Amino acid sequence: MIRLEKRPAPSRMWTAVTPVLAVIATMIAGGILFALLGKDPFEAIRTIFWDPLFNDQFAAFSRPQLLVKAGPLILIAIGLSLGYRAGIWNIGAEGQYIIGAISGAAVGLAFYPSPAWYIFPLMVIAGAAGGFAWAMVPAILKTKFNTNEILVSLLLVYVAEQLLASMSLSTLRNPEGGGFPGSRNLQQYEAASNPELIAGTGMHWGVVAAFLAVIGAYVLLNRHMLGFQIRLTGQSPRAARFAGVRPRLLVIFCLGASGALAGLAGMFEVTGPAGQISIDFNVGYGFTAIIVAFLGRLHPVGILLAGLLMALTYIGGELAQFMLGLPAAAIQAFQGMLLFFLLAVDMLSNYRIRFGKTEAA
Amino acid sequence: MDLSAINPVILIASLMVAATPILLAAIGELVVEKSGVLNLGVEGMMITGAICGFAVAVETGNPWLGFLGAALGGAVLSLLFGFLTQYLLSNQVATGLALTLFGLGLSALLGQGYVGVTPPEIDAIGFGPLADIPVIGPILFEHDLMVYVSLALIAGVWAFLKYSRAGLILRAVGESHDAAHALGYKVVYVRMAAIAFGGACAGLGGAYLSLIRVPQWTEGMTAGAGWIALAIVVFASWRPVGVLLGAYLFGGVTVLQLNLQAAGVAVPVEYLSMSPYLITILVLVIMSSGGGRASLNAPAALGKSFHASN
Repeated sequence: MIRLEKRPAPSRMWTAVTPVLAVIATMIAGGILFALLGKDPFEAIRTIFWDPLFNDQFAAFSRPQLLVKAGPLILIAIGLSLGYRAGIWNIGAEGQYIIGAISGAAVGLAFYPSPAWYIFPLMVIAGAAGGFAWAMVPAILKTKFNTNEILVSLLLVYVAEQLLASMSLSTLRNPEGGGFPGSRNLQQYEAASNPELIAGTGMHWGVVAAFLAVIGAYVLLNRHMLGFQIRLTGQSPRAARFAGVRPRLLVIFCLGASGALAGLAGMFEVTGPAGQISIDFNVGYGFTAIIVAFLGRLHPVGILLAGLLMALTYIGGELAQFMLGLPAAAIQAFQGMLLFFLLAVDMLSNYRIRFGKTEAA
Repeated sequence: MDLSAINPVILIASLMVAATPILLAAIGELVVEKSGVLNLGVEGMMITGAICGFAVAVETGNPWLGFLGAALGGAVLSLLFGFLTQYLLSNQVATGLALTLFGLGLSALLGQGYVGVTPPEIDAIGFGPLADIPVIGPILFEHDLMVYVSLALIAGVWAFLKYSRAGLILRAVGESHDAAHALGYKVVYVRMAAIAFGGACAGLGGAYLSLIRVPQWTEGMTAGAGWIALAIVVFASWRPVGVLLGAYLFGGVTVLQLNLQAAGVAVPVEYLSMSPYLITILVLVIMSSGGGRASLNAPAALGKSFHASN
């Protein structure tokens, strides 16, 4: 008989090894999936994980894309990880991302065509505030009425998507766009654009913000009282109450921080890589960031690495779509599978496997 | 704007159809949560059921085999969740989310060849002269079989939980898995069975969308229906009758806003489309605040992992 024995504390070794194991298991399962679709599994895996970085033909284009895609993923995932550590589940980052983009872009468009220097900083503040406000809805409902924040934050994603459609069709539509949906292109409006900072790297202000968020979260969790309270609440809510943690404040802080970061990510995306508010502006970063947060073990440095890896699957997925005709949905299923395997092997860090006969339980 | 074009009888009849997918998914999730498991993967199981049912129905030409396939697809996917949470003791919230993300990807992958295909048609059941009764006829006697199946499921689950021994065991497991374990009940088996039932129901709900309500396959077509089903279980404070009420209320809002869109009300379409989600949130708030019973009625062991320590 195989049975599980709970470890007194999670194994440090396994905590570090399990994400790697999960990635390997996903590659194997993904390979089988690709083989079932009639593609050469080895070629598909190589196209996704190797070619974007090292293939002579594609690397020049895809390497900068790595930071472009990883930036928002890391920024959002850092915020989410704070709440997840404390057992506060914000799964509506996609909505906060959209609202951040709308509010950031709205401020910029309101100043059009003024060239003033303060426009972009104002847009950054507006983006963060938009995401923060959107996340405050589940936070306040949770603290005032004890409403489940999982459901509220998620349902608000659909509301945000409708709002996005309305904005790009009417309120923020480009008056010189010939009636097509979508706002003015902010990349062409210098005072409000978020350009590549160093040519050929994909580095833009959003990526800078993501790196700052990683450092900030690390300091917060390891050197600050609030970070200690977050970790304590996650590990033992009862002990946290005795230690004087105010759970409501924590809910407001965790949801607010993740909302503001998701809003920032949306704002940097709309002013940079995306360029404009349009109906299909959001591409699911808010949901993929959930996978990134878990794959990174809710640890800032882990999230940094996980964000880069997930960005690679996006770029590699696009490449595989183009080169091998692999359907886009296959990559989506592949990413979902990764989270499954991760949660499955996670057992190894919390439990010890014992072989042998069980006594009557 | 012409509000007189909205016929209340047709409105009620069509709200029953609009509510059925959510009703099916919610009654399944109710049983799962009664056994103490929180499966947030309803959306993923619904959309997988939607494509499994659609594919089977198109390939065999028989919609009822489609529904069977959908129930199977949903159940298989839910057992994946069950294996992870019950045997590998993973976090239920995270695993449920993973199920949704995976289900959305998987369904898009399976559904590639089925975009734009028309599924075999399903007729309303012929109740003969009963359907000709004014007002009551169109409301009660002119639906397809699945509407009645969903109503029967509500009644069945209600009776099962209230009167049967197995239902009592299921509730005991959900209230205190340690006590149930001490009494010799197989906590994990009971929960796996409940999870599979929930998956099958969610699958049926999804297939109802793709085979009857829409009827077509598009990626991400459930559009949050699974999450609304989860909210309705809370709204119902874990009572089957409440699920019926909640689902029909939601169906009513959906149909009403669609009718208002068609009637050309001066509110932009996007804001009308938001309303079902906003009203779901509003109802959640009312039910979970002090006056509501939701928080009191939740199964005590909801969302907690069970590990028989020895």
